[in-house]
Amino acid sequence: MSSRLIGRLLLGFYLVLFFAFLFGPLLIMGITAFNTPSYPQVWPFEGFTLNWFDRLFADRSLMEGLNNSFLIGAFVVLLSVPLGLAGAIVMTQVYSRARGLYYLVVVSPVLTPGVIIGISTVIFWKDVTQWTGAQSLFNGILLATLGQATFISAYCMLIFLSRLQRYDRVQEEAALDLGASRTQVFFDILLPFLRPAIFSAAVIAFLSSFENYNTTTFAILANKTLTTVLAGRVRQGMTPAISALAVIIIAITVAGAILYEIVKAAELRKETARERAAVQGETAQTPANVSTAQHHAGAAYPL
Amino acid sequence: MTNPVTIAAIFLGPLLVTLFFVLLSKAERRRLGPSGEPGFFQRNGAPVAIFLLAAVGFWALFLIVFPQLYMIDYSFHPKLPQIKRGGPDDVYTLENYRYFLFGSTRDTSHWNTTHLYAFWITIFVSVLITIANFAICYPLAFYMGQVARPGVVLRLMLLLIIPYWINEILRAFAFRVMMGTGGVINNILMATGLIHDPIDFLGLDVALYSGLTYAYLLIMMFPLYNAIESLDRNQIEAARDLGAPWWHIHLFVVMPYAKPGIASGATLVFMLCAGALAAPLILGGPKTLWFTPIVYDRFFQAFNWPQGAAYALILLSACMAFVLLVMRLFKVRLSEIAR
Repeated sequence: MSSRLIGRLLLGFYLVLFFAFLFGPLLIMGITAFNTPSYPQVWPFEGFTLNWFDRLFADRSLMEGLNNSFLIGAFVVLLSVPLGLAGAIVMTQVYSRARGLYYLVVVSPVLTPGVIIGISTVIFWKDVTQWTGAQSLFNGILLATLGQATFISAYCMLIFLSRLQRYDRVQEEAALDLGASRTQVFFDILLPFLRPAIFSAAVIAFLSSFENYNTTTFAILANKTLTTVLAGRVRQGMTPAISALAVIIIAITVAGAILYEIVKAAELRKETARERAAVQGETAQTPANVSTAQHHAGAAYPL
Repeated sequence: MTNPVTIAAIFLGPLLVTLFFVLLSKAERRRLGPSGEPGFFQRNGAPVAIFLLAAVGFWALFLIVFPQLYMIDYSFHPKLPQIKRGGPDDVYTLENYRYFLFGSTRDTSHWNTTHLYAFWITIFVSVLITIANFAICYPLAFYMGQVARPGVVLRLMLLLIIPYWINEILRAFAFRVMMGTGGVINNILMATGLIHDPIDFLGLDVALYSGLTYAYLLIMMFPLYNAIESLDRNQIEAARDLGAPWWHIHLFVVMPYAKPGIASGATLVFMLCAGALAAPLILGGPKTLWFTPIVYDRFFQAFNWPQGAAYALILLSACMAFVLLVMRLFKVRLSEIAR
């Protein structure tokens, strides 16, 4: 047996183990959702049932949590995408000596454990709403939104930053030369250029919000979300109804993730096609025009 | 509510720092004369500039800096009923930190062994899990980044992305289904006659530690893959031609190159592990020690928020220390870790 063959065998063995570890537990949990015994079990498989799914829809606090999760997710998208966008644009323009400190501040939530963000959000806003007499704003939905937006905005900012690295300011200058205002440049050039990043940021923001537990469990106060209800149920005891819920949640997230990848891939293909067309158009230009274009291309945002 | 001087410092301090930099940049611009870049308002137009300032100001100050500073201040106060806060009893105290060390707000004769040990175990096991995740992910990341054909990479990538978004609670639940005393693994072991009584994986912390390893596997995978993928294959070929054994190539060519990816994955996995809440709550046995549930109990069982804030800060400083250590060890900058 050659050493090459041994290498291939080892690799295959490792790949099988890796993906078995990755999918095995989820698969086993999935099977328990369809088995009749009231304790989640795979084997012996006593009979196929969909009862555990029926139970879920009758569960009112679960449905309430699901509603809140969607609501908070939508709020977080509406808050985090603009905040992350502003954070990224400011990053490209901020005074060079302040950039290090600014970067540290806005990126720190990514490296902070979620429980700590939840705790500080609750402590801070409890007293602030009290001083300002706005106690009615001390509410779980609002606080969970603020707490999650703290770090999800940073995810969004990182997405925008990587897109802005490829931003060519030559279009901006051309528009200004043609008499556009700065505000028009922002809405008609920068935002369309960032559209794929806005889409990515919105999806990532929603998914991060929807599956978040650590920050939410503190910030949600007396309200509930799907994850907090779920955690409570799991701690109370093991039932296949939770497996059934898991199957549904996994189906939703996986469908979302796949849809997102498909849309992103299509967007990428469109973009490369456009770039290729642009390059072909450029080669047809006179040499003088090409040299100015190259000159401007060097002025892309420095990062 | 608390000392007005500290409150002023919390709110005005960051504003003064910002003002300092604004003035500094103004002075610099004046020195350079009119040839420099246009100012912030000029460059963005007034409406956009106002939006940018308002958004970043709200995020950086009201969501990040103020709450953190306020929590620090809060942790140095005693637990008081709402009515007494700001009164004569509301003094600065170290009692919350004393409680972490000694298990009492006054008596310092005994160590608070439970909490100290839980803290130590959390840090130590989180480091081990980080290393284990790196060891598990590295071969696949290398295979995908350097060896496999693009079509294979695409398919493997899809297989990795699908489970990436699955919730931490559900991962923990899946492990409990497998590892409970009536769980799948015990059933199989007993049916095959290998054991007679079920093994208590939950009580032995086997379930928790393997569940945590499982939960954050992909957090390590993606940065690692991204880093290895950009390595020029010629470097590996050159090393091989010069007679380097395979482990030399990994240790002295690939890993040093992938340093930023390793650092990024390691900090994230460590932070998520040390701050994990759902997994220890669900997979822990009655004797399981983990620091985050203790922080949680300060709030929801002891109802002692200042003490909870102190415990949260202790956890935060451990995470900060780890980030700094990784930056030192790997000689990477923060911008390479968080991307």
